[in-house]
Formats: sequence, C-alpha cells, structure tokens
Amino acid sequence: MIASVLSNTFLLLGSLALIIGSLGMMRFPDFYARTHAAGVTETAGSAFIMIGLMFAAGPTLITLKLMVVLSLLLYTSPTAGHALAQAALIDGQKPLGRIETDESAG
Amino acid sequence: MMLAAAMAAILVSMVLLLVRAVLGPKVYDRILAVNIFGNKTVLFISVLGFLNGRPDFLDVALVYALINFMGMVAVLKFMHFRDLGYGLVRQDERS
Repeated sequence: MIASVLSNTFLLLGSLALIIGSLGMMRFPDFYARTHAAGVTETAGSAFIMIGLMFAAGPTLITLKLMVVLSLLLYTSPTAGHALAQAALIDGQKPLGRIETDESAG
Repeated sequence: MMLAAAMAAILVSMVLLLVRAVLGPKVYDRILAVNIFGNKTVLFISVLGFLNGRPDFLDVALVYALINFMGMVAVLKFMHFRDLGYGLVRQDERS
C-alpha cells in the first residue's frame, strides 16, 4: 500500500519534470539555456521515474537492474552535457545577452 | 494507471524533443535534442516493460544508455574535427 502510493507519487513527479524540461527545450531562446532545461529533464525526470519503478517492482532483481541503469544514467548524462556545452563553446557559439569584456567596460 | 500517465508524459516529451531536433538552428541544438531523446528512450523501454508486466527489457535499456553516451561523444568529435581518425587534441594545437 505504502509502496504503491510512493511509486505513484514518484512517477507523477518524474512525469512533471519531463514535461517541464521538454517545454523548456522548446521555449528557451539560447543553446546554453536549453542545456539547463536538458539537465532538469535528464537528472530529475530519469531519477524520479526510476525510483517510482523501483517502488513498483519491490525487492527483487528488477530493482537491482533499475539501480544499475539509474546509476549509469546519472554518471553519463552530466558528462555528456558538459562535453556538449564545452564543444559548443570551443566552436565559438556565443551565449545570448551582453557579456562584460574589456572593450565594453573601457 | 500512473504507469500509463508516465508513458504518456514520456511520449509527449519525445515529440517535443523531435520538434526541437528538426527546428534547432545550430547543430549543437540538434545534438542536445537527440541526446535527450536517447535518454527518454531508456525511460520508455523501462516503463514499457512494466506496462506489459514483463520487466525483462531492462537489459536493453542498459545497453541503450551505454550506446547513447558513446554515440554522442563520437558525434561531437566528428562535428569538431570533421573526421574520426584524429586523437583528442584541440584544433589549434594540430600542426
């Protein structure tokens, strides 16, 4: 009973995080702002949905597999996001907005 | 019931990400959208197994997460060097 309620709650939270992050991916004006929305939907959405599935599965081997998948996602997603943002910065993609440099200050 | 709602949320999220991947003005927007689409595919496979009552698809989800990460790093390297045959040095350090 408690496991069912917890599972439903975590799945609802994860669905909300997914929808909010995808709307951010659609609406944000800049690539670097979109990486922020991507981070929300990658970490919060994945973690909440995986924890909800863990409560739905109960203490079996399935929960162990879910923990392995979740730990893999939580390791690789921030690494991929960091690599993507740094590759965009190296290739010369400028963020939106005014950047304080020496020429504009002086 | 909530599993179906989570599946619907994942599907709506995937549609929005596909729209961003088609619209995206620069190539990095597309790569970001495709990366998160792969992440959502991992969630999709996991939830689909639970919806069918046979959660044996988690091995597929595990392999998909690994391939997604390595594929994105390979695509980034290709977009930077226009070639996969170089080592990971910056372009201005190459003679």
